Amino acid sequence: MSKIHVTTSINGEPAEFLAEAHESLLDALRNTLNLTGSKEGCGSGDCGACSVLLDGRLVCSCLMLAAEAGGHEITTIEGIADGDKLHPIQTAFLENAALQCGFCTPGFIVATKALLDQNPNPTETEIRYWLAGNLCRCTGYDKIVRAVVDAAAEMRGS
Amino acid sequence: MTFIGNKSDLRVVGTRPVRPDGVDKVTGRAVYGADATMSGQIIGKVLRSPHAHAKIISIDTSKAEKLAGVKAVITAADIPNIPSEEAFVGEGPMNFRDLSLNCMARGKVLYEGHVVAAVAAISDTVADAALQLIDVKYEVLPHVIDVEEAMAPGAPILHDDLFTAGMTPKPTVASNVAKQVRFTIGDVEAGFKQADVIIEQTYTTAPVHQAYIEPHACVAAIAADGQVLITASSQGHFMIRAYTAKLLGIDIANIRVTNAEIGGGFGGKTVVYLEPLAVALSKKSGRPVKMTMTREDVFRGTGPTSGGTIYVKVGATKDGKITAAQTIIKLQAGAFPGSPINPALMCAFAMYDLANVDTLGYDVVSNRPKVAAYRAPGAPISSFAAESAIDDLARKLGMDPIDLRLKNAAKQGSKTVYGVTHGVIGYEEVLNAAKAHPHWTAPLGKNQGRGMATGFWFNIGGESTGGVFINEDGTVSVVTGSPDIGGSRASMAMMAAEVLGVPYEKVRAVIPDTASIGFTHVTGGSRVTYATGMAVTQAAQAVVEDLKKRAAMIWDISPEAVEWKDGEAVPAGANAGGFDPLPLAAIALKAGKTGGPIGSEISVNAQGAGPGFGAHICDIEVDPETGFSTILRYTAVQDVGRAIHPSYVEGQIQGGAVQGIGWALNEEYVYNKKGLMDNAGFLDYRIPVASDLPMIDAVLVEVPNTRHPFGVRGVGEVPIVPPMAAVRNAIRGALNLELFHLPMSPPRIRAAVDAAKMPKAAE
Repeated sequence: MSKIHVTTSINGEPAEFLAEAHESLLDALRNTLNLTGSKEGCGSGDCGACSVLLDGRLVCSCLMLAAEAGGHEITTIEGIADGDKLHPIQTAFLENAALQCGFCTPGFIVATKALLDQNPNPTETEIRYWLAGNLCRCTGYDKIVRAVVDAAAEMRGS
Repeated sequence: MTFIGNKSDLRVVGTRPVRPDGVDKVTGRAVYGADATMSGQIIGKVLRSPHAHAKIISIDTSKAEKLAGVKAVITAADIPNIPSEEAFVGEGPMNFRDLSLNCMARGKVLYEGHVVAAVAAISDTVADAALQLIDVKYEVLPHVIDVEEAMAPGAPILHDDLFTAGMTPKPTVASNVAKQVRFTIGDVEAGFKQADVIIEQTYTTAPVHQAYIEPHACVAAIAADGQVLITASSQGHFMIRAYTAKLLGIDIANIRVTNAEIGGGFGGKTVVYLEPLAVALSKKSGRPVKMTMTREDVFRGTGPTSGGTIYVKVGATKDGKITAAQTIIKLQAGAFPGSPINPALMCAFAMYDLANVDTLGYDVVSNRPKVAAYRAPGAPISSFAAESAIDDLARKLGMDPIDLRLKNAAKQGSKTVYGVTHGVIGYEEVLNAAKAHPHWTAPLGKNQGRGMATGFWFNIGGESTGGVFINEDGTVSVVTGSPDIGGSRASMAMMAAEVLGVPYEKVRAVIPDTASIGFTHVTGGSRVTYATGMAVTQAAQAVVEDLKKRAAMIWDISPEAVEWKDGEAVPAGANAGGFDPLPLAAIALKAGKTGGPIGSEISVNAQGAGPGFGAHICDIEVDPETGFSTILRYTAVQDVGRAIHPSYVEGQIQGGAVQGIGWALNEEYVYNKKGLMDNAGFLDYRIPVASDLPMIDAVLVEVPNTRHPFGVRGVGEVPIVPPMAAVRNAIRGALNLELFHLPMSPPRIRAAVDAAKMPKAAE
C-alpha cells in the first residue's frame, strides 16, 4: 500500500513526510523525523511519555495517526526551549531535581506546558490531576509537583 | 582510607547542583535504548508462547523465511545449548543455562510470554507479518501459578531435573521447590516460652513489576570478524557484555557495549532478554538488528519480583522485650529458580536485637515469568509480614509502636540471624527522628488512621572503576562504569570536585563504553555512590598527590613541602618557600613539561557498605463504603550515612516509598484459569499516579558510614521496605481492620469491612 503524504508544522517549522496509513504520530516523529525526545512507554495512552501538543492541546502521540497531523501545528519536547534558552519549566525541573531516569520527563514537561498555558496559577491538586495521565516510576511525583509550582510562579513573574 | 566526610569541612558535598546530564534530559536530546540506531539496521521481534506450560512439538519457520523482507529467523536451534553453571551476580545467584532458556525456550515453554522464536526483517510491518507465519505446534501441559499449589503433592512439575537443594538426604523426586534454606540464632522454642504475648499470623503478597517506564531496547551488530557492538539500556553494560558472551560463546574482548541512557530499572534491568537474540539475528542476517519491547512484552516476558506466603510468629514479655521471632517464607521464583528468599529471611528481623530467631524459606518455581531483582529484593515481602506482626504486638501490649521498636532496636554489636554483627548503624537515630517528627502526633479525623513500619537493607559495595582526568585547561573529566539511573553523574562529579577543591561546574562526568573503562558491576544494590564513589574519590586523591608533585617540580622543592588547598598547590609552610599558589589550571597548562597527562583510574572491590534503616509514617483515610484508601500524609525517615546530593537522595526515598504504596494498595498480576495474565498493561496494572499521592516528606538522618571517605551508605533500596506494613498498619488504625493480604485494594477492604460486621459464630 502506498504511503500517505503529510504536510504539517512541527515546532514552528513546516514539515513534510510520508507515513503508512496505520502509523502513529509517535512512530513518525521518532522514526521518520528523527525527533526521539517523545518516548514510547506503553503505546496505549496510559503513560503520557509520548505527550505532544496538537494546536496547543495535549495529546498522546501514540494514540494519533501520523496522517491526522496534516494541517495542524505539532509541538514536541524538542520545541519547548527557545534555541539554547531553556523554558522556565525545563529550568524548574532541573533545579528541583524533578527527574531521576528522565525517560518520562519530556512528557511531563509538554503536559506541564499545556497546563500552564491555560491555567497560570494551578493549585497542587489541579497539578496532580492534570499530570495524572503521565506516569513516573522514579520520583513519587513530589519534586515534579514542586517544579511545576516553581515554573508557574516564574512564568507569572512572581 | 581517610574519612573526609566531616560535614563542616565540606564545600560541594551536601549541596544541590544541577546534574551534568540534566539539560539533555529536559530537552529530549538524551539517547535512551530505543533512540539508538546503527547504519543499515533492521527490526527484530520475538514470538511468545500463548500457553502457560506446554511442550514444543515442532517449530516450522519456512513460511516466515520465505516472506519478502525477512532477513533472519531464529529458534533455540540457533542459540548454543549451554550447560548449567551457577554464578553469584550482584545481589543474587544466576544460572547461565536458565538465563539462556529464559531468553529462548528449548523444548518446553514455561510461562505465557516465553520466547520461542525471533525474526529480523526490513520493517516493523514485515517483522510482524513474519511472526504470524511461524507455525509452532504445542502439547499443552497442566500449569501451576500459585506458590502453595506449586508445592503441593501432584502439582505439575516444571523441570524434571530440579531437586530441592538444602535437604538431607538429597531428594530423588523432582520438585518445584528449588531450595530450602534456614537461618537460625538462639532457641525460638525457649524464647516463646518466656513470652507473655504472642502474635502468630500468615500473610501473602502479590508479585509486582518494577514497571520502569522505558521498555527494554537494544541495537546490536556482529561483524564478519566476530566483533560485536551493542547499544542497550540497562543497569550495567558490563553485565550485558558478560551475559551475551556467555550465552553465545563469544570472547568478552569481542563485545563492546555502550550504555544508552536508562529509563528506570529498579533491579529489573540487571539481566538480558533481547541482547543475545539481537546478536544471533545479526549473525544470521548480516545486518545490525534493533529490538524494542512493547509494554505488554515487558509485563508478560520480563521478571517481576516474587509474591509469597509468609508465616510470622513473634513473642514478647509484658514490658515489650521480644523473646523470639520466627518466619516461614515461600516465594514464587517464576519459571526458573532464583527468588530472593535468602535476603527475605535475613531482612525480616534485622532491625531488632534478638536472641532467638528462626527463619525458614522455600524458593518455588511456577508458570510465571522468571523473577528479576526489584529494589531490596525479598526484604519488602518479609518485612510486610514482620512489621505488621510487630505492630499487632504493640497493640496487644498497649505500647507505642515506636517505643516497642526502640526497646528492641538493633545497634552496634547486635548479632543478626545470618551471622553478621551490625557495625555503626543508625536505626535508633531513625526511630527517634520519626518519634520527634510532628507527623507522629498530629490529630486524625474520622475513618483516618496512622501506621508506621521500619525496614532494613544491607547495601552492597563490590567492583567499580572510576577515573579522574585533568584536561589541558584545568577542567576535569570523571569517567565511571556505572550507568546513571538517578543522578549519579552529579554525585560522582561532586565527590571529585570536593577532593580536588574545584567548582562543581568545572567537572563533567561521563559513562564510557565497556572497552573504555575498567570493569564495573551493575547499578544496583544501592552500590554506585558507595563503591563507584569510592573509586572516584580515590582517583581524585591520587590526582591531588600527582598535582602536588608537579607543583613541587615547578617550584623545585620537595613534594612533602606542598599542600593542596581549595584547588591550589600552596607551600606547606614558611620553610617551604614563598611561592604564590599554583591553581589547578596553571599546573595543567604545564603538564607536558612535568611528566605528561595528569589523571588516575582506580578500580576497587569495595567492602564495608553500611546498612541502611528507614522508618515510615503513613496517614490514610479509608472509605468503608467503597473500600477506597487515600494517603493523606507520608513521612519517610532514613539513615543515609552522608547525602552527597540531598535532592537525589530525597528522590530515592520518595520514589521508593511511592513504589511501596503501589505495592500495598493496587499492584498485582491477575491470572485467568488458563494461567494467562489478564492485566498486562498500565491501564489494568495500576501504578500510583500523581493524583493518588500527597507530598512525601523525606527526612535524612546522617550517621556516617566510616568505611566510605564521605560516609556514604546506599539509599535506593531501603525506602521500598517499610511502606506495605506502614500502609497496612494505618488502615488498621483507620477502621480497626486486620488485613493480611496484598494488595489492600478496594475489593479486599470492602470484604474485610463486611467480614468484620458479620457476627462471629464460634465466639
